[in-house]
Amino acid sequence: MDLSNTQAADVLQLKNIHKAFGGVVAIEDFSLNLKAGEIVALVGDNGAGKSTLIKIISGVHTPTSGTIAIDGQQTSFKDATEARAGGIEVVYQDLALADEQAVYMNMFLGREKTKGPFGQLDRKGMVQETEDLVKELDVRIPSAKTTIRNLSGGQRQGVAIARATHWATKLVLLDEPTAALGVAETAKVEENVAALRERNLAVLIISHSLDQVFRLSDRICVLRRGQQIGVRETAKTDKNEIVSMITGV
Amino acid sequence: MQSTMQTLRQLNLSQYVVYIGFLLIFLFFAITLGGDGFLTQRNLTNIVLQTAPITIMSIGLVFVLAAGEIDLSFGSIVAVAALGSAVVLGDYPLFVGVLAGLGIGLAIGFFNGVLVAYLRLPSFLVTLATMGLFAGVARTMTDLRSVPVLNESFVNMFGSGSLFGVPSLVLWTIGAVALGHFVFRETKFGAHVLATGDNARAAQVTGIKVPHVRLLVMMICGGLAGLAGLLYAGRLQAARYTLGESDLMTVIAAVIIGGTALKGGKGTIIGALVGSLMMGMLNNGLILMGLSVSDQMIVRGVIILIAVAISLRDVNN
Repeated sequence: MDLSNTQAADVLQLKNIHKAFGGVVAIEDFSLNLKAGEIVALVGDNGAGKSTLIKIISGVHTPTSGTIAIDGQQTSFKDATEARAGGIEVVYQDLALADEQAVYMNMFLGREKTKGPFGQLDRKGMVQETEDLVKELDVRIPSAKTTIRNLSGGQRQGVAIARATHWATKLVLLDEPTAALGVAETAKVEENVAALRERNLAVLIISHSLDQVFRLSDRICVLRRGQQIGVRETAKTDKNEIVSMITGV
Repeated sequence: MQSTMQTLRQLNLSQYVVYIGFLLIFLFFAITLGGDGFLTQRNLTNIVLQTAPITIMSIGLVFVLAAGEIDLSFGSIVAVAALGSAVVLGDYPLFVGVLAGLGIGLAIGFFNGVLVAYLRLPSFLVTLATMGLFAGVARTMTDLRSVPVLNESFVNMFGSGSLFGVPSLVLWTIGAVALGHFVFRETKFGAHVLATGDNARAAQVTGIKVPHVRLLVMMICGGLAGLAGLLYAGRLQAARYTLGESDLMTVIAAVIIGGTALKGGKGTIIGALVGSLMMGMLNNGLILMGLSVSDQMIVRGVIILIAVAISLRDVNN
């Protein structure tokens, strides 16, 4: 693997990340660099350590050893809030949306806009920004005021990705974004993910669908039982090679 | 029949059930009891005055339920706060007595809140226990004796007084509803309460301090129960361990019928106000109808059951 390519342009640099839970090694010596505008897919079987890696990058877990650098600056996020402040957004598998609240409130969840001397919620402003954003990202929802409960699975996923897009300044992590979706909805979500590239964000995506990985990614990183098996440029590899890297046969 | 049900479903009746119920009950009593003094201004004002402590408690409960928790102990808090305040007023000036009552409410709310928010004990069990605990405290505080409240300014402020011709109990109701509505509906904190009750994990990963929110809603409920205790003590010019004892069902019913979800994430202060007034009107009308206490309990129970069933219908589909 090429580690010499550590120019200032790299948004995320993971170097020799090692994570053990008690005596159990979850991640063993993982290194990866991500550039702005690049989509890297993280693949591997169940229990390979993909989700653990996402949690380490997003500040939920601290690595046992190894370093994380954002824009060349070494960082150690204490929790997810710090990672978010550092420009890293996560789209969780369960989406982390509040179902009874409107789309615009979810878009600004925990970061509500306020105005006036008593800190009133700026609903108008939040609705407007949300409308603009979903239009720009072509997330088709009836209105920013619709309750999440009344949206389809694909629309919800679209909202979750739009939220990450809105707040991320550097990196978006996606955990199985289309696992529960139908064909048409998956295509739509893939468009939304591809649009992150145009916003010059770095994207790390976990997916079980190799078709999807080959459609979306620039590079593919394979994990097996906590070990980094290798990184391939998507254009220069094929499914057979990736499958054999995943399974080890 | 099928299509009628579907149309009804689409109308989302639960949002309006409190207003429709309020109107229906009002019309029913206006027609049947019009000649018996139900419609007199004095009686209608009386309903609002008697309902004031219920309304105040229901505001606190909206915050708690919307955050996905429950408080069963507020009735006991009412008694302890009222007694505490009455005892203190015997020796100290007005503001010390007021602070004692509110402080007791906030302190018990804080106690509940710490157990719920930081030890993650289920609020149902915590407040079930503290309900019994503080009912016992209220009984031992003065050995079951009631304590008279002789401080005139206190009685004026929380009971029989008025300002510009508006009874103080009405002013407290308006003030608490206005402030509660503003905080719940218009501030970041209100949004965080709803998010916490809706999906605590989502709230947490988006940076909302979930334990903080849980602690605060329990304290709001306790503090408002303390205020309700002051209002009871002011109106009756005495405090007794029985104050608030029978309000649990009334307040929970008022809040649920008002449109607040038992499972969190949804709530309305205005709905709780109308729900409380509806419960007060029901009480008043049933008494005027000459029903015995046991018959009143049965009728009230049935009406609450119907109203709650309609309110919760959309949760199930």
